Amino acid sequence: MGILYHIGRYFLFLRKVFSKPEKHIMYYKQAIREIENLGINSIGIVAIISLFMGAVITIQTAYNTTSPFLPPYLIGLAARDSILLEFSSTMVALILAGKVGSSISSEIGMMRVTEQIDALEIMGINSASYLVLPKIIAAMLFNPLLTLISMGIGISGGWVVGEFTGIITTEQYLEGIRYAFVPYYITYSLIKTVVFAFVITSISAYNGYYVEGGAIEVGKSSTKAVVFSSVAILMFNLILTQLLLT
Amino acid sequence: MIKLENVSKSFGDKVILDGISVQFERGKTNIIIGPSGSGKTVLLKSVVGLYDIDGGQIIYGDVVFSSLNIGEKREIRKQIGMLFQGGALFDSINVEENVMFPLDMFTEYSIEEKRDRVNFCLKRVKLENANSLFPSELSGGMKKRVAIARAISLNPKYLFCDEPNSGLDPKTSIVIDNLIKEITEEFDITTVVNTHDMNSVMEIGDKVIFIHHGEKAWEGTKDDILHTNHDDLNDFIFASPMSQRLRKFLGR
Ligand SMILES: Nc1ncnc2c1ncn2[C@@H]1O[C@H](COP(=O)(O)OP(=O)(O)OP(=O)(O)O)[C@@H](O)[C@H]1O
Ligand SMILES: [Mg+2]
Repeated sequence: MGILYHIGRYFLFLRKVFSKPEKHIMYYKQAIREIENLGINSIGIVAIISLFMGAVITIQTAYNTTSPFLPPYLIGLAARDSILLEFSSTMVALILAGKVGSSISSEIGMMRVTEQIDALEIMGINSASYLVLPKIIAAMLFNPLLTLISMGIGISGGWVVGEFTGIITTEQYLEGIRYAFVPYYITYSLIKTVVFAFVITSISAYNGYYVEGGAIEVGKSSTKAVVFSSVAILMFNLILTQLLLT
Repeated sequence: MIKLENVSKSFGDKVILDGISVQFERGKTNIIIGPSGSGKTVLLKSVVGLYDIDGGQIIYGDVVFSSLNIGEKREIRKQIGMLFQGGALFDSINVEENVMFPLDMFTEYSIEEKRDRVNFCLKRVKLENANSLFPSELSGGMKKRVAIARAISLNPKYLFCDEPNSGLDPKTSIVIDNLIKEITEEFDITTVVNTHDMNSVMEIGDKVIFIHHGEKAWEGTKDDILHTNHDDLNDFIFASPMSQRLRKFLGR
């Protein structure tokens, strides 16, 4: 089926998701649950990846700037800017698309094929809204925090590896971190994160919601969820960068 | 009471339901029988609006359900309880939370009132002391019973059951059948049951509708069935080797 069909159905789906909730307290409870599911349970993987990526970025920058004319603090500066600008928003979003996206899509897909979604509808509940809205809200609220955590840990990773390998001293690294710091980069990154959070949750939920068949289709839909949300993240990254940084 | 007028439904160019007109009576167990693939599930899902029908009308009481918009349909659905073929329990929450779910969603009861109601419904399906189990920890028959408890927790006016006893042993089947009949009469509900189990039909079928090739091929009471000369229906009823011998013996 054509891409236009999916885009059209995706927007109809969003309209269903954003229609008036039956009972706010139930949605609120779900959202709290999802913050734990989608957000708090992702802190570990984000922390580990950020630590290593911060370290690797620092080593690579050091390796590529051996010229004596370049002051060593540039290493810290380069690490900071790549983490703030790209890594903690886009890379983390791609990783979350894998972790959170596949879990959302398979959870909702499984509910579809076992008729749990029909059961919700029969009770008179707007299943799309009840199942998906809390996830979107949870991710949009919590993912900025993940991004901030990732920034902190990523920059610390660079410092730790610089200190241990001796490629850059703590003073030089800190000087680089502070040098020509643009606070707007953090804002830019957080704006991207919020958009990516929406993209990941809504696209993955869409893929799960319209599964037809059984376990195999649920598996396929979660693969699609990851692929489509990753591509969408890269596209929005381009668009947002153009809009926000130029 | 629910009335179907000339209801038809196709998937692509495959006609599944071809102009079905029937009336499901209140306070009675209306049973739909028919061979596998004859469209029973499609019929049931069309009646509750999970599938949009292509032609005809579905009328609940005096409301033309099939021409309502989704928001208005949801209002009617709050009076519907449905038992799905696979149970369709919410597997991330336990038995008590499953049965309580409609109460949480649509009532302002206190937690004690909700617990009382849940325990009443679970007792009604003879399932006490299972409150904290999760659906994955239940047997097939227990799942069905929890699903019935969930379906009746809001005192529905309409109850739909898709194959309530498929995959159950004969004894449990009878328990479930009788439960459905009792609930129907006790609360004066309009109940519609899909089955291909002739035992259920003879046990609880106040009104029996036979679906064949997408059409209503026969309609009557369970007693009429024993005296029918309808060929397709007789083929359906007397399918097993033992019942075929019985059929010869009866001379049909
Ligand atoms: N979503 C669908 N899309 C296309 N065809 C469908 C769909 N659902 C059911 N069908 C077709 O409709 C026909 C009737 O199916 P249905 O599930 O209603 O049978 P049934 O009478 O409930 O059978 P069983 O007793 O085995 O449950 C089948 O031929 C099936 O292939
Ligand atoms: Mg069926």
